[in-house]
Amino acid sequence: MGRYVLRRLLQLIPVFLGTTFIIYTLVWAIPVDPFAGKCGQRPCPPAYVAAMRAKFNLDDNLFVQYVKYLGRLFTGDFGQTFAGADVSTLIANAYPVTIRLALVALVVEAVVGMTAGVLTGLRKNGFADNLVLVATLMLISLPVFVTGYILRGLFGTPRGTSFFDLIVPGVVLGSLSMAYVARLTRTSIAENRRADFVRTAIAKGLPTGRVVGVHLLRNSVIPVVTFLGTDLGALMGGAIVTEGVFNIRGIGGLVFTNIQQQQGVVVTGVVTLLVLVYLLMSLIVDLLYAVLDPRIRYE
Amino acid sequence: MFIRKAALVSLPVAVALLAAGCGGGGGASPSADNSNGAVSIYETEPQNPLTPGNTVEAGGIKAIDELWAGLVGYDPDTAKPYNLMADSITSSDAKVYDIKIKQGWKFHDGTTVKAKNFVDAWNYVAYGPNAQLNADFFSQIQGFSDVHPDDTKAQPTAKTMSGLKVLGDYEFQVTLNAPFSVFPTKIGYEGFDPMPDSFFADPAGFAKKPIGNGPMKFVSQTANQDIKLTRFDGYQGQDAVHFKDLDLKIYSDLDTAYSDLQSGQLDFMELMPPAALVGDKYKTDLQGRNLDAGLIDIDALAVPYYVPGYNNLDLRKAISLAIDRDTIIKQVLNNAYTPATSFFSAHLDGNTPGSCAYCKFDPTQAKALFAKSGFTGKLTIASNSDGGHKEAMTAICNSISKTLGVPCDFVPQASFGQFRSLITSKQATGMVRSDWGADYPSIEDFLNPIFKTGSSSNDSVYSNPQVDALLTQADSTADKDGAIKLYQQAEKLIEADLPKIPLWNEKGTGGYSSRLSAAKLSWKRQADVSSFRLASSS
Repeated sequence: MGRYVLRRLLQLIPVFLGTTFIIYTLVWAIPVDPFAGKCGQRPCPPAYVAAMRAKFNLDDNLFVQYVKYLGRLFTGDFGQTFAGADVSTLIANAYPVTIRLALVALVVEAVVGMTAGVLTGLRKNGFADNLVLVATLMLISLPVFVTGYILRGLFGTPRGTSFFDLIVPGVVLGSLSMAYVARLTRTSIAENRRADFVRTAIAKGLPTGRVVGVHLLRNSVIPVVTFLGTDLGALMGGAIVTEGVFNIRGIGGLVFTNIQQQQGVVVTGVVTLLVLVYLLMSLIVDLLYAVLDPRIRYE
Repeated sequence: MFIRKAALVSLPVAVALLAAGCGGGGGASPSADNSNGAVSIYETEPQNPLTPGNTVEAGGIKAIDELWAGLVGYDPDTAKPYNLMADSITSSDAKVYDIKIKQGWKFHDGTTVKAKNFVDAWNYVAYGPNAQLNADFFSQIQGFSDVHPDDTKAQPTAKTMSGLKVLGDYEFQVTLNAPFSVFPTKIGYEGFDPMPDSFFADPAGFAKKPIGNGPMKFVSQTANQDIKLTRFDGYQGQDAVHFKDLDLKIYSDLDTAYSDLQSGQLDFMELMPPAALVGDKYKTDLQGRNLDAGLIDIDALAVPYYVPGYNNLDLRKAISLAIDRDTIIKQVLNNAYTPATSFFSAHLDGNTPGSCAYCKFDPTQAKALFAKSGFTGKLTIASNSDGGHKEAMTAICNSISKTLGVPCDFVPQASFGQFRSLITSKQATGMVRSDWGADYPSIEDFLNPIFKTGSSSNDSVYSNPQVDALLTQADSTADKDGAIKLYQQAEKLIEADLPKIPLWNEKGTGGYSSRLSAAKLSWKRQADVSSFRLASSS
């Protein structure tokens, strides 16, 4: 187990270098001068453009630029925006909000989705089953911004960024995955209900709660955990649409506006962080398998 | 009719007076207000550090205008300049200006605003190596080329401009390279604001906690979230504010801001989302809390002279006469514009409505001129396609090709930056959208930067020595009315050459929440924060 984790962590290094290089190249390789439209209908003063190009090493070749950027990154310097704000401050402002929003969404989809899945999986073709099927079908077919605009119309935009404030946007963000989780859980439960180990548990005379909660659910939950894990990774990357609709100043919107403004330093910094988060999330999910199913071993 | 209108207006005013404990003095004196409420306005993320010399875009200007007060202010309704920090600005020849400033004004750190604060700030912004965005605004001052050589690699030969002289604590003298009669209007532009002594020691640190001399002082800035300001009680100017805290809330989505405006979570927006403009929906949404501004701007099509086949006067006239401005405004632009009939904004001194004879829809004359021009081939209009420009430019193209029977295509550009580099590198292959918003309210600002040979925003690369000579003559005429007459003569020559085809002027629509009882939208498409009054309930 320890060696497995170490190996996975070592794999992060080439992935990290590769992604940062690709992102850095892509952002700066956009064939438009980032200072061309910055001063409106007037061109920016040449002295300003020259100073900015020098500050961001734009006159070096791309590889030298990248190495210089990486060098600063290793000393913990994420660089600055054109406006002179530290990228690390931008990330520190936005990331807690995005994490809170992602956690709210995850709790919503896990709790509501799995509950609905267990209930419907146990009583297939009943009233609740049909109701959940129709409801999830509706959620899946609605684009997120439609759900977002409807709920914003009812509840308004959040007044702060606490967990409580983020419940409504969290529901919107989690709604689609919630539907998937419900359906995944339902299928998995329905399949395992007829499995030998469940029949044995019932034959042993165990109470229903224990049969469902420990024997059935634990064995049915592996595909759901995979889904939730990768979904959390995706949610951590920010939700441009949901953040935009509710004006939550998170990571998604930050990346979006900075791609538009060609602020490569911000985009690279944030996206690098997101790549790391995503890789760590998938590692955690893989390790969770072993906890859920002792037959799975990593060596 | 008039009386009924007046009666309606007086009611909220009466309520506001009651709420203010019948302060008596009305809104004029800053001491009369005792409101300690907070107000929030729509904001976009500033693109530059918060210093006047380095700020050129709306997001930054909104904060700068509250934090600083310049020599000259502009009336929010008429855009007429008035002396704000200046006591007097005098000149006999429009070349040497003697500027006296009012005494007793303070920066937010308690230091007195002196003449030297202006001179030092101007020298700092103009100095080439400081790389300030507003450096070019000082190019008319004597000695500018010594501190800011055209070649970015050359070292400046001086640190200060020879044309700036401090004459005393509250008086300084400005000598220009050549006479320029609009200078007293121009110095209301943000780049001319004074800076406290603490700025020069550490400019980068200063921008994180800016100190100005304006009606509001800095509290905090959270990047990508908001800027918080609070009233500066020592403020002496006539544009003091009548509430305590101002929150500039950053939004990335106009529709979201609009829904917050309706629910009272946001108090002011200086523009409306396109969806709210359809059928004047915003007027019913906001229940009369909508605002009209007299924006000082003009949207036009530049016809670059270097494009083969386009250097053809009859063709340019034919195109202008073939654009059905009224219908396009009604059907595509939600009535948010008025058709342009001159080369200026209608809200400027010296504007003559109808001075552009070809700015109307006349299919017969258009066809005749087009036949005379002998143009063959395809017309194109290039623009960035976001912000509703695609729809407007396509409509213009349709109007042209319907009238003249010539194919016309809209050439989309991925971004504003890409579009502008097309123009500055002179690579356009057809007409280009060319809009202009005033830096300061004067018809001079609609001529020199756009039509003078080699000037910064001459998108058509137009050059007429007679126009240049008239503009120089107008600049050097100290008498204001005399100067306006000369500028108008230059406009006449430009009309005859038609290097740019005027399209329309934007009206400007904004709105405020029910938490406010009064608000104004200025000619800069900006809140006039000093006109804000909190409604009695809050």
